[in-house]
Amino acid sequence: MSAKRRFDVIGKPRRRVDGRAKVTGLTRFADDVVLPRMVHCKLLRSPLPHAVIESIDTSNAQAHPGVHLVLTGRDFPVTFGILPVTQDEYPLAPERVRYVGDPVAAVIAKDEQTAFEALDLIKVQYRQLKTISDPEEALATEEPRIHSYGERGNIHRLQAYEFGDVGEALAKADHVFDDVFFYQGNTHLPIEQHASAAAVDGEGKLTLWSSTQVPHYIHRALANALQLPPAHVRVIACPNGGGFGGKCDLHNHEIVVAKAALLLGRPVKICLTREEVFYMHRGRHPVTMRMRTGVTKDGRITGMHTQTLLDGGAYGSYGTASTFYTGVLQTVTYEIPRYKFDAARVFTNKPPCGPKRGHGTPQPRFGQEVQLDKIAEKLGLDPAELRLSIVAKPDTLTANWLKIGSIGLAECIRKVVASSDWKNRHRKLPEGRGVGIACGAYLCGAGLPIYWNKMPQSGVQLLLDRSGQVTVFCGATEIGQGSDDVLAAIVAEVLGIDPFDVRVVTGDTGITPVDLGSYSSRVTVMMGNAAIQAAERLRDLIARAAADHMDTLPDNVGFAHARVFRADDPGKLMSFREAIILAEEKFGTLGSVGSYTPPRAPGRYKGAGVGPSPAYSYTACVVETQVDKATGWISVPKVWIAHDIGRAINPVLARGQVEGSVYMALGEALMEEQVFRRLPPKLSNALVHKIPSLLEYKSLTSLDMPEVFTELVEDPDPNCPFGAKEVGQGPLLPVMPAVANAIYDAIGVRIDELPITPDKVLAALEKKAKGENPRVGPERFPDVPYPEPMQVLPPWEGGDGNAINVPRRSAPKEKVAS
Amino acid sequence: MSTQAPKNVHLTLCVNGESQEISFAPYKTLLEVLREDMNLTGTKHGCELGECGACAVLIDGVPVLSCLALALECEGRAIDTVEGLAHGSKLHPLQAAFADLGGAQCGYCTPGILMTAKALLEKDASPGREKIKEAISGNLCRCTGYQQIYESIEEGARRMREGER
Amino acid sequence: MMRLPWFGFRSPASVGEAARILAAEGPQAMLIAGGTDLLPNMKRRHQTPATLVSISRIETLKKVGNGSGAVLGAGLTLSEVVASPAVRENYAGLWQAAAQVATVHLRNMGTLGGNLCLDTRCNYYNQNYEWRKAIDFCLKKDGEICWVATASKRCVATSSTDCAPALISLGASVRLVSVQSEREVALADLYKNDGIDYLARRPDEILTEVKLPSPAGWKSSYWKLRRRGAFDFPVLGVAAAVKTARDGTVEEARIALGAVSSRPFLTKGGELLIGRKLGDDAIAEAGAKVASAAKPMDNTDLDLYWRKGVVAEFVGYALREIRGDDMSETRTRITRHAL
Repeated sequence: MSAKRRFDVIGKPRRRVDGRAKVTGLTRFADDVVLPRMVHCKLLRSPLPHAVIESIDTSNAQAHPGVHLVLTGRDFPVTFGILPVTQDEYPLAPERVRYVGDPVAAVIAKDEQTAFEALDLIKVQYRQLKTISDPEEALATEEPRIHSYGERGNIHRLQAYEFGDVGEALAKADHVFDDVFFYQGNTHLPIEQHASAAAVDGEGKLTLWSSTQVPHYIHRALANALQLPPAHVRVIACPNGGGFGGKCDLHNHEIVVAKAALLLGRPVKICLTREEVFYMHRGRHPVTMRMRTGVTKDGRITGMHTQTLLDGGAYGSYGTASTFYTGVLQTVTYEIPRYKFDAARVFTNKPPCGPKRGHGTPQPRFGQEVQLDKIAEKLGLDPAELRLSIVAKPDTLTANWLKIGSIGLAECIRKVVASSDWKNRHRKLPEGRGVGIACGAYLCGAGLPIYWNKMPQSGVQLLLDRSGQVTVFCGATEIGQGSDDVLAAIVAEVLGIDPFDVRVVTGDTGITPVDLGSYSSRVTVMMGNAAIQAAERLRDLIARAAADHMDTLPDNVGFAHARVFRADDPGKLMSFREAIILAEEKFGTLGSVGSYTPPRAPGRYKGAGVGPSPAYSYTACVVETQVDKATGWISVPKVWIAHDIGRAINPVLARGQVEGSVYMALGEALMEEQVFRRLPPKLSNALVHKIPSLLEYKSLTSLDMPEVFTELVEDPDPNCPFGAKEVGQGPLLPVMPAVANAIYDAIGVRIDELPITPDKVLAALEKKAKGENPRVGPERFPDVPYPEPMQVLPPWEGGDGNAINVPRRSAPKEKVAS
Repeated sequence: MSTQAPKNVHLTLCVNGESQEISFAPYKTLLEVLREDMNLTGTKHGCELGECGACAVLIDGVPVLSCLALALECEGRAIDTVEGLAHGSKLHPLQAAFADLGGAQCGYCTPGILMTAKALLEKDASPGREKIKEAISGNLCRCTGYQQIYESIEEGARRMREGER
Repeated sequence: MMRLPWFGFRSPASVGEAARILAAEGPQAMLIAGGTDLLPNMKRRHQTPATLVSISRIETLKKVGNGSGAVLGAGLTLSEVVASPAVRENYAGLWQAAAQVATVHLRNMGTLGGNLCLDTRCNYYNQNYEWRKAIDFCLKKDGEICWVATASKRCVATSSTDCAPALISLGASVRLVSVQSEREVALADLYKNDGIDYLARRPDEILTEVKLPSPAGWKSSYWKLRRRGAFDFPVLGVAAAVKTARDGTVEEARIALGAVSSRPFLTKGGELLIGRKLGDDAIAEAGAKVASAAKPMDNTDLDLYWRKGVVAEFVGYALREIRGDDMSETRTRITRHAL
């Protein structure tokens, strides 16, 4: 790590290095890929939510003029799935469809119009199966099973962990709060629809251009799905027109166009329609939660028990991890001496859920932060003060053995309290107006990759030559967040040059070192550390060559403003290019690599791999609401948010991530819902996405967006490059509960479910007027057959990170169906 | 849904000040012709139904959605796309401001917003914040939360007033 | 990418020529003006006309006429309607309605006539071909059951035009021209309470202009309910126009509703106000009366019972604005537009 304290690049607001391409229309998104002889693909999707395919007749489609190829499930014998433990998807369903939108056949034709016409000529005979539409139905239905693997029936996953005796902790508490919450599912809605183009190159090898956040994972999974040697597959992640987690799976269409390109020997492209993007989903799981929290009368938490039930949709996707994430990160924000969580994920006949910004953690965060508001009120405490008094301590372990390093949360709380004038507004505004506070925490990269290996999670390669050019290669993927800019900035800072003098080559498995991808807020930390290592290795070579020339020692060589100079005599200098020439003369062709592997996590129990991270980011947020008592109409005039970023690499981009998180969070809080329509079962088995369009799935317009006042708290984290933590996901987390808490402050009603819509507010106000409990939310938590928990003692109760029991599973696990 | 004998139409479109003879399937919207028949892929699409604003271009200086404009009806009209915004290699002040101030995150909604903002500034050289909000309320952006877009438009306007172009 | 089906294309230069084409080609031909309603529908295969007859080249459809009232060409874009000082000064309700349609871009394209003829909407209908196939289609298009009200013989798709309720409250009429005839009908009579057969316009007729009576003594207002400040169609539109004597006594009043039925319609709420001043009690009574006529269905955004529940409040907004109350804070908060 660089010892220098003043930076030339880091922390300075700058034009992003890819900014020019983005404003000129030159950024080449996947659907902008146009290749000679390219043909076009469309997918036929199941119109039924759950059925067996009895036969498919493609002859009329094959014969349609302009059609080159028709593919069905028979052409794809191998299953796939993003997690090694859930290889449960087929590129095209061979015998079973599990949701409306499940792909069944593909047509490749001279143009999209022809392919679309031919889809209607494919005849599929289905035999319908019982539709399973929601978690309670899934729990109650042993047969038919949507998948033949999982815990039992339609339960995909059951997880149970207990860190210290929570029953005892609750029994000894002065108060136990017991609340049930519901968080509706929602989707990423990138404005760019998923697109992929595949081609066979001059050597007969496959190249796939795709709107993906994870080219490395796609590379592995695609090679396996097509049974090709991975060395003959190249995946190029085009810059994504928004990702938010929705482009982290291998998707059916990616495999289909790859196969078609191999069969036809010519490029094949697909671009999903907006409706199909809603079917790809992999978005926020609908989660029902129960939280029981014991507190002392001065507001200290004695123990917490979180139970969650996730509606997983029809496939595994990242669901196993999502299920863990509804439990594991509850402990890194506040001091929780004992903790227990039970989590379950069920299969239903809907598009699969997966990772969306915050992956599995916004739902329990909502519950926890709303419950804290209730606790503060009951105990007569200020909710901001209560939080300040229980903020987790730096350099500690949590009950579930996560290692907290730096934590700037208290500073974040103090900042939003000051900027929002909290003390003069909370419980003091006129009726109808209110403020609410909430906090959040998030990973800076998942500690483990999704497949077991001991290799680095990020690699960076640098190339310099006598022309003075610096090229940096990394598998990380630009999805709008600014990863290319972070990479250029870090290399430029170390080498003392301008970021615009760094050529950035990223997201191409054929030419860039492996980086696991743009997910789990890992890129700045992992790629950044690898980039520092690579750049410092090169800088050392240059320093040695330049030192000889300037009659000094390498340690005395400085780099800044594209100059290399004697630190003790800056007048003795040469240009960066001259120094490279000296180094190339001395050492031969110049290049270096750097890599990063996160520190080993302290937890030793099975399941301890989900939750650890090199660092955690923290956020505090105050939201102001205005609620119309006659209609329940909700306005959010202003949001104050402070994020502990460690250090901002480029404050312009960092602020953009915070404001974008607030934007997406307000959508989730107030209007976004991925919801489904079940037709009357007497008349139809249909279960369809209710509103698969950009018009009816409500994303805030500029007129709906409040003013956001953003502050960045910089408390550099030693595990992070220049101290920089994540900023892409964490700032979303506190916003939803802050909205709910502000609505309570405004009109005294609790809406314990998201989204909070005016009809729910009005219903709660009507209850209030009648003297009933002024609350809208789930009335009960369903009966879930959670297994006996794995017991691990917290560090302060003599634990060593291992489990102290061998829990019995509720049912034997079976192999994945094939 | 039968296929009629596909017969292209042949006409001249004036895009970014250049007239070009092109041949395309008559069902195509301006969006499709720009992207597929003229290789101007700077104009994006997010729904093709008029629900997002990603495909906004100017026709005779007025911001419209190219996904809902029949290319057949565009002969004789002046069409402006993001590709024509820069002056040679010099960015338009709006482009420069968007690049500098975070107005473009993923960059996918950016071309539509830039064209919409250009039309706004041609009518009003110093629009207030509320006017900017109104002007781009037909352009969804999922990344930024819009604030840096407003600031970019304000800065672009300032640079234009100061005579950058 | 969603794509249009194949179609033939005609672009006549006059209303007469357009009428002749419609007469010759029959119902397989459809008029297209701004295209903002028809083209999305064609992309979803709701309509697959053999021929599109574009009327956007016809200059006479863009005229604005003044007399004791006003005549607005049906081909004026909504932006042109909004930019008209005469509309803004004399017909505030229409101005407010037009200014809130969809988005800036769509108002630059969509026309006044197009908004009046807007296809009825339903979230079982405004879906792609593949989606509709998954529900075995619906009564409005290709299917047999109305999924909103499964026992209904009638399609209950929702009229979603903003301009129509405003214009109905203003007492507007429209001119319909065909080869055979030319007729003027009260705008309220243009609509039928049937989600499929929702217009009294024959397929061979062209809606050429909108006539507005003299604004003297009248004040009007339009309040739109929708989730977001842009894009969204109304899920409730309340339009009110009131003519008062010097002392504030109401002489005439019309309150029309949009988006709570298959047609925009005039309610009996206005009659309650005649002879009274616009006091809070009168406004509340009118609100209750109007609300009783609203029959929203579960086929749009937002909860239908809630939509019905807020009708009276919205009537109050409109009437208070007409009374001269400063409603700007409420308007900005509820509609996200200062207007």
